[in-house]
Amino acid sequence: MTQVAEQLTTTNGCPLPLADVPVLPFDAFAEQLVEQLQGNSSGLSALFGVPRSDLSVRLYAVTNRATAGLFTVMAADVGDRYPSLTVNTPQAHWFEREIAEQWGVVPEGHPWLKPIRFHRSYADGRDAWGRSPDDEVLPGVQPAGTDYFKVRGEEVHEVAVGPVHAGVIEPGHFRFQCHGENVFSLEIELGFQHRGIERQLIGGPDKRSLHFMETLAGDTSVGHGTAYCQIREGLADVEAPLRAHAIRGIAMELERLANHTGDLGALAQDIGFLPTASFCGRLRGDWLNATALICGNRFGRSLVRPGGVRFDIDASMAHELQRRVESAFRDVSGAANLLWNTPTVMARFEDCGEVPRHVADDLGLVGMAGRACGIDRDARRDFPFGIYRFHQIPVSTWHTGDVFARAYVRWLEIQRSVRFIRDQLRSLPGTDIQRDAGPLRPDSLIVSVTEGWRGEICHVALTDSDGRFSHYKVVDPSFHNWIGLAMALRNQEISDFPVNNKSFNLSYCGHDL
Amino acid sequence: MLKVLYERHSQGHRTMAWPDGDPPKLPDRYRGLPVIDASKCPEGCRECAEACPTDAITVNGSMKLDLGRCLFCTDCIDACPEEAIEYTQDFRQAVRTREDLVLDGEALRLADSLDEKSRKLFGHSLQLRQVSAGGCNACEADINVLGTIVFDLGRFGIHLVASPRHADGLIITGPVTDNMKLALKKTYNAIPAPKIVIAVGACAISGGPFVDNPVQNNGVDGVVPVDLYIPGCPPHPMTILDGLLRLLGRIEDGSQPLAGK
Repeated sequence: MTQVAEQLTTTNGCPLPLADVPVLPFDAFAEQLVEQLQGNSSGLSALFGVPRSDLSVRLYAVTNRATAGLFTVMAADVGDRYPSLTVNTPQAHWFEREIAEQWGVVPEGHPWLKPIRFHRSYADGRDAWGRSPDDEVLPGVQPAGTDYFKVRGEEVHEVAVGPVHAGVIEPGHFRFQCHGENVFSLEIELGFQHRGIERQLIGGPDKRSLHFMETLAGDTSVGHGTAYCQIREGLADVEAPLRAHAIRGIAMELERLANHTGDLGALAQDIGFLPTASFCGRLRGDWLNATALICGNRFGRSLVRPGGVRFDIDASMAHELQRRVESAFRDVSGAANLLWNTPTVMARFEDCGEVPRHVADDLGLVGMAGRACGIDRDARRDFPFGIYRFHQIPVSTWHTGDVFARAYVRWLEIQRSVRFIRDQLRSLPGTDIQRDAGPLRPDSLIVSVTEGWRGEICHVALTDSDGRFSHYKVVDPSFHNWIGLAMALRNQEISDFPVNNKSFNLSYCGHDL
Repeated sequence: MLKVLYERHSQGHRTMAWPDGDPPKLPDRYRGLPVIDASKCPEGCRECAEACPTDAITVNGSMKLDLGRCLFCTDCIDACPEEAIEYTQDFRQAVRTREDLVLDGEALRLADSLDEKSRKLFGHSLQLRQVSAGGCNACEADINVLGTIVFDLGRFGIHLVASPRHADGLIITGPVTDNMKLALKKTYNAIPAPKIVIAVGACAISGGPFVDNPVQNNGVDGVVPVDLYIPGCPPHPMTILDGLLRLLGRIEDGSQPLAGK
């Protein structure tokens, strides 16, 4: 039975006293997690470990309830092992691997316990796989007792790809178990991009913190930058001016437009449909250049700042942006509609790489990839932040879960982002754009969520008694969704991997941190 | 088919005229090559150096700006009490040696071309393999964009190829994470000699925002030898293209300011 006292709820960007977070006995914690995620009405936004002085680890869970706009926060202390939560809460599977790798805590009974980033444990002398300081820790080096997933049998063969791929793309390693052309299983091994960002954020904020955020996943500088600024503003009890929120919103939608447009082109490229590939390659740049018009940088660097934005949009710039948006949108429409009207394209997109809805639900897929399976979730509506509190963007979904759905949801979102930007540019609020974001509340916890172009971005910060970050957790949408790509490839032709990979277009560095 | 042709017609011809014609107009707020007017600096002022997230600016007697560390952000400009620092519209920033990236009031010594023998080999056909070794996907994206119809890298005989075995050189992004170091070395070794290496972006040159973090290597230097450094975070695609063309001897306008600037 749920007891109200065991639950603490908060909203997006609203800090809590750390001492108020209920620390439950582990069994109650596990039970609550199952209950909250039951029927998949909620998602697991974050699950992470924070070290305690006695070598025990405090697990924090942040679940979201979209229909109520609320996050639930709870905690439990564990020693060097505990019964795996994944067994009853599949959404926890990747989080538990992260906790095991970072703090040397073993979730007993986890179905596939392997490192996800391949760095040494942060807990002195404790490693979940019993590796000694002399053992090599590197992607590709499987800790004793683990191996790649293997299918055995006549005519079964293995294909290993990466970390260096054929295209200009970040590194990752993919292992396919195949029967002829048919893929039985795909295992994805990441960690090559690990830059140790979360560790460097501890003790902050400092002069580098924001720059880490802008390069966590460089194609999502505005998404992660905004999530971080909400943390700073929430903890400093400062509200950014409304005009700054509007400009952040415009930049966030331009980021979505650039990436979605580029992806439609890349999808066309991967099936050899060159007209759309060629048009969208150029058009992606037009959206990036629109961002550069606002702030001088194509990726929105230096635009979003704690307390507001660094650059304003004056009347003549708003006019010029309107003109560019209309012109680019006309051409993107032409390029995108060629896809849906070309039977050879549709034949390649439809029924390719389908992720069944129940699988997407169980694994907690987020964002555009989740919406392509019919999951009606979008942080811009469900956990409204910034300008989205006042101006809603309808949520775009499709029900087929295949490459077509992931492409088509992008097209739907493109249209809605354009409409949003048009409206914003016409009605920019007449406030200033920047306020001081001062010192942070001590001994607090804050959850900040934005909807980046890939999906839900969740940052959770804990502060110490001096108002410095004692812990900072970043959950990029890719963290939830890489497993979705593995599922999409089951029983597909291996030659369809590129188009499926592109249809998710997940971040390597955003995952590896 | 007719729809495709109609759309092709309405999308128009998009390849830029540069380098034969004018470069495209960059936004007014574009942050190109920074200049510091040290004569404006108050005695003992260290505001910019202290604000710089990567310690790219040092003030020890004379003022030095290391473009290899610079993120081209606004932190120094916002900190400066005298408006002594500004960004110009100059996108030309590629150089041949690490030392050339350290500005101390002299004009930036832009990249010389390869020696004559290498130019004969690569001048009209340069095949590059890209390796991201911890890059955040911004540098990667702005390398990729060179393949689009706007920049049309292929018209210069430069291609990004799928295998190091097919390549004449590497174009590297990212600070070189510990977890990519071996893969980067292996890729370098797989390229037949003679070969060239191009480091793109602050990370690949110095570690960028991650400089001195554990688990990375402060850039490509020290892992493989570098022939061309292209600074930025990320560099504008024009900066990358300009660097490549300089290396091949296709542009030789020295360090003169751009017309009209």
